[in-house]
Amino acid sequence: MARNIIPIGPYHPLQEEPEFFRLHVDGETVVDMDIEIGYNHRAIEKISESKSYDQVTFLIERICGICSTSHPFAYTNAIDDLLGVQVPERALYIRTIIGELERIHSHLLWLGLAGHFLGYNTVWMWAWRYREPILDIFERISGNRNHYAMFKPGGVRRDLDEADFPWIKKTLKGLLPKFDMFKGAVMDDPVIRARTEGVGVLTKKDVHDYACVGPTARASGVAIDVRRDDPYAAYDRVDWKVITADGGGVFAKAVVRILELYESTNIVLQCLDKMPKGPIDLNIKDMPVGEGIGRHEAPRGEVFHYIMSDGGNSPARHKVRAPSYMNIFSNKKAVIGETVSDATIILAAVDPCYCCTERMAVVDCKTGKKLMDGQDLIRLSQEKTERLRNTRTIL
Amino acid sequence: MSLKLKALTKSIWVYHLSTGSCNNCDIEILDLLTPRFDVERFGIILVGSIRHADAILVTGALNLKTIPRVKAIYDQAPKPCVIIAIGACSCGQGIFAKGYNTPEPVDSLLPVNIYIPGCPPKPEAMILGIVKLIQKLRGKK
Repeated sequence: MARNIIPIGPYHPLQEEPEFFRLHVDGETVVDMDIEIGYNHRAIEKISESKSYDQVTFLIERICGICSTSHPFAYTNAIDDLLGVQVPERALYIRTIIGELERIHSHLLWLGLAGHFLGYNTVWMWAWRYREPILDIFERISGNRNHYAMFKPGGVRRDLDEADFPWIKKTLKGLLPKFDMFKGAVMDDPVIRARTEGVGVLTKKDVHDYACVGPTARASGVAIDVRRDDPYAAYDRVDWKVITADGGGVFAKAVVRILELYESTNIVLQCLDKMPKGPIDLNIKDMPVGEGIGRHEAPRGEVFHYIMSDGGNSPARHKVRAPSYMNIFSNKKAVIGETVSDATIILAAVDPCYCCTERMAVVDCKTGKKLMDGQDLIRLSQEKTERLRNTRTIL
Repeated sequence: MSLKLKALTKSIWVYHLSTGSCNNCDIEILDLLTPRFDVERFGIILVGSIRHADAILVTGALNLKTIPRVKAIYDQAPKPCVIIAIGACSCGQGIFAKGYNTPEPVDSLLPVNIYIPGCPPKPEAMILGIVKLIQKLRGKK
């Protein structure tokens, strides 16, 4: 039996970042897949050992541009654990607000890209249009649209201005009807349902086998969430719930992310109301010898940071584990047995973030036989939607 | 100024090349295409293949694994080809200058025409950079 290989990447219009998938196909069906990463390795853990504790927050923010708060969040949790200090209450609320606003913008970004892969460019344009108000809030708070630099060991770097609160609340409440629109667009559209429901299914067992985290796990009915399981910042002071869905397919992953948009908005609004006045940081004079761990539920799942201190000015060892590190390998389970036209959306469904993952990789590279290029794959996916749409109209 | 280069300024088709970036410049580039900024008004469109491109938007600090691929992609590009370096990492090497995996800056490998610094540059800054580039190519001050 002749097996054909479809290479996706390393540079491919489907991907923002360089990574390489090798799909082994038999006719239309994917029978095997290789994943090769390492194109984004930038030696961050090593550089971190040469920076002071304050500078490291700026460095690790640049691990990833989409979830650029999740790494400082986990890192500052680790430092607070190492020091054994209690961060001022107001700083905890500010951290929570920044973390949740980021979840909203990250989920909208994913929703847009998923729409694009399915051939619904309208969803892409609308989702990114309504992501802009969130970036405006960030710009008002921190002065930058991304890479907010709000965190520092023992607190936050900037205070929120009470005069901005009415505007922030108004912007967020204005987004709720738009979220309803996306919910309607994804949940009630028969074509999107047909394209995504039961596609790329991960069962509960698969999730446990591959140790998936975040929305990828929650879409298979596994309710894990660091915010609830090991509360930090102000998550135990506000009222919210963990979203799960059954099914484990691409559709379930989209549903989980859309419903989380509401929860995150809810958390931010509660935090703005409940936030106490007071100091926003601690004056940390010196670092004891020791080690600390910090966790944060990033938009994609659990981020884990480990810091070892030898009492000096910079970390002796800094270890990072990003959520995509666990999630992307579940692609191997999800893609095999599906058709080539579904492969693009399944690969995208875990919301992979390669720049987060790649701090350590040794990979051997071979080139596959080139049969189709990336444009063809997106075209295949979009044609399938078109076909479904036409059949529905006829029926 | 060659006729080819002048014709290119009418509608620049760009190819996005991430050489190991943090994704942030990359999403800001995609943001340019979405309704708030919408650079398609100016004939600027993101293409999927380097063989259709007039300009390459380079983001990220080059690393050991991407250097051979970036070279290969530049060799496949139809010439004349304009190189735009976006973000602190590709303009200099930014915070990654001392890393063991990022040996050289982008402009030692590719002939960069215009630098747009920032971490990440705002979409407005990118539009301004491209406007300046077009003026430069057309020989205007």
